Order: sequence, then structure tokens, then C-alpha cells
Amino acid sequence: MNRYLDLFLTFAKLGACTFGGGYAMLPILQREVVEKRGWATEDQLADYYAVGQCTPGIIAVNTATFVGYTQAGCLGGTIATLGVVFPSLVIICIIAAFLQNFAEFPVVIHAFAGIRACVCALIFSSVIKLAKGSVVNWWSAVIFLVVLVLSAFVGLSPVLLVVLSGVCGLAITSCIRYLNRGKEAAK
Amino acid sequence: MIFFRLFYEFFKVGLFAIGGGLATLPFLRHLGDVTGWFSAADLANMVAVSESTPGAMGINMATYVGFTIGGQTGLPGGNIVGAVIATLGLVAPSILVILIIAKFLQKFRQSRVVDGVFSGLRPASTGLIAAAGLSVAQIALLTGAAWTGWNSLTAIINWKGVILAAAIFICMQVKALKKLHPIVYIAAAAVIGVVFQF
Repeated sequence: MNRYLDLFLTFAKLGACTFGGGYAMLPILQREVVEKRGWATEDQLADYYAVGQCTPGIIAVNTATFVGYTQAGCLGGTIATLGVVFPSLVIICIIAAFLQNFAEFPVVIHAFAGIRACVCALIFSSVIKLAKGSVVNWWSAVIFLVVLVLSAFVGLSPVLLVVLSGVCGLAITSCIRYLNRGKEAAK
Repeated sequence: MIFFRLFYEFFKVGLFAIGGGLATLPFLRHLGDVTGWFSAADLANMVAVSESTPGAMGINMATYVGFTIGGQTGLPGGNIVGAVIATLGLVAPSILVILIIAKFLQKFRQSRVVDGVFSGLRPASTGLIAAAGLSVAQIALLTGAAWTGWNSLTAIINWKGVILAAAIFICMQVKALKKLHPIVYIAAAAVIGVVFQF
């Protein structure tokens, strides 16, 4: 089969089979990309995934671009990405059109009022899960709290906060490394 | 031109939102505040729809917003064009950045600078999501009534919502229920919302 078409279809299948994206995608990605197609080894996939998590953008999209690129260059990367977003486009358009027509129905209004309460619980439980991996020492706790307050109560732009935290992270880790070097030299 | 604006706004979200799942949520909340395209209540609905349908959440949210905003133009097929443009805007920075990084993957993985920057970004991303969670909680768990002293407290709090949210949150912390997919909770909440007239 045509290589580009194969990339598109494989990633479209991935997009259609994952709920929630990102982290939910890894097991299916392993089966499709590593075991079935041999497009990457287990280790390579872990590398792509790690980079996908710490680069701008959605993890699923980043990983798709990576695998596509290694198989068929820049065009391959683009096509794999279009594949992974294609099912979302189709499904969400249908649902959105449906919801717009039924949004005024009392049943729909009540259902969504209940769902919104549930969404609060989902968000805070994912915050707790994320915090376990990201708030790991005193200064990451400070960054977490400062960003939370500035975003929720001062209303600063998230773009600005992301840029500032990146700079802070770099400055603090550099300082810590510099100080530790001084200690070792003294011994 | 609304379509250019859609592409530009979602390009920005794709460029600055880092991580999976809810990482795009704080950016969308800010976008809603700035443009007036959707309210915090709409956003909470979008989260529910995105979590209950296949595909990565960030992509689903972009498609949903694009569809809604494109539809408001009144152009024939404007909703689908909007959906496509918002989604492409979101993924465009990923494609550019990854294609560049793929060329020197090893250096990127071992770079102390990258490591330092990301040790600052990870807690920030969690803080942003928590802040967005607070604004969703505000519309889902409060009634919007004005604060006129402590005795107005009962009128301000949406008790049904608070009890449901607390119950679901507690369920999600129980080990045996942790593996349950969010769609189970969303469906249950929809039924409870209808039955108890939320």
C-alpha cells in the first residue's frame, strides 16, 4: 500500500480509538506502531513520547508527527498528524450540530448542569494526579501556587505565565547546579 | 476576518499549551474571556463532550469551538470551515516544532537547558489547569446570586452541584474505581442531572 495512505489510515485509526488522548493513546500506539508495523522500536517510541510531552502542543499530535517524519520525512509527519485529527473533526462536527439543535430542550439543559458538576470533579482529580509528578520540591510548589493565583485571581495571560515559568525553571536549576558545584569544590 | 482570527488564536494555544489532556483548557478559558466567543459554562460542556468522544481532548475542543464560531458567521458551511481551521491552527505549531526537533533528538533529550525550562513549565501547567478548574467550579457550583452577607450563603451555593461534584470526586479517589473511564461518570452525572432537575 502507498506509504502516505498507510500512515494516514494508521493514525486515523489511532485517533478514532482513543478517548481522552495523550496518555490513553500509548498502549494502542505501541500495538499499532511497534508490534504491527515495526515503524519504531519500543525505546524509540518512548523517546518520541517523552519529547511529545515536553514540547508545545498536544501529545497525540506530537507523537504522530514524530513517527510520520521518521517514516516518510516532513510530508509523512504532516500526513500522520492530519490522520490523527481526522476522526475528531468528523465526530465533533456531528455532535456539535446535534447539540445546537437540542440545546434548548429542558432535558439537555438539566443533563448538562449535572455534567458540569462532574467536569469539576474530573478536572480537580486530574490536577492532583498531575501535581504528583510536577510539584516535586519547594520551588516547583512555589511556581504552582504563584501561577494558580496569578491566573485565577489576577487574570494574567497563560502565555505570559508559561514563558515566565520556563525562564524561572531555567534560572533556578542553573543556580542550584552552580551552588552545588561550589560545595563540591570546597571539599 | 473571523477565520484568520480562529487560526491565529488556536495557533497560539498549540504553541504554548504543553502536555496532554487538559493542558489546552486554561488557554481556552482565557480565549473565551478575551473574545467572548463562549462562556465558562460552554467551556465546561465542551470538556464533557471532548472527554466522551474519541480523539485527543485538545483537538476535540478546538474542533468544537471552531464549529460553533464558524457557524455564527452565517456563511453556508461556515461551521465546518471553522472546525477545520481551528484544528489546523492547533496542530500547525506541533508539526513545525517536532519536525525541527526530530533532526536533533538526542541533543534535545540530553540538554540541561531544556531540562531546566521544563522543570519550571510542569508545575506552571498544573497551576494553570487548577485555575481553569476554579472558573469551571464557579459556574457549576455557584448560582450567581449576589453576596449580601453570611446568610446569603445558602442562596449562592448550588447545593445539588456541590454534593454531586464531591461524590464523584471521592469516587475517583477510591482505588477500585480509579480505572473507570471518565465517560462513566459523565453519563451518570447527566442522568442524575435530569432526574433531580439540576
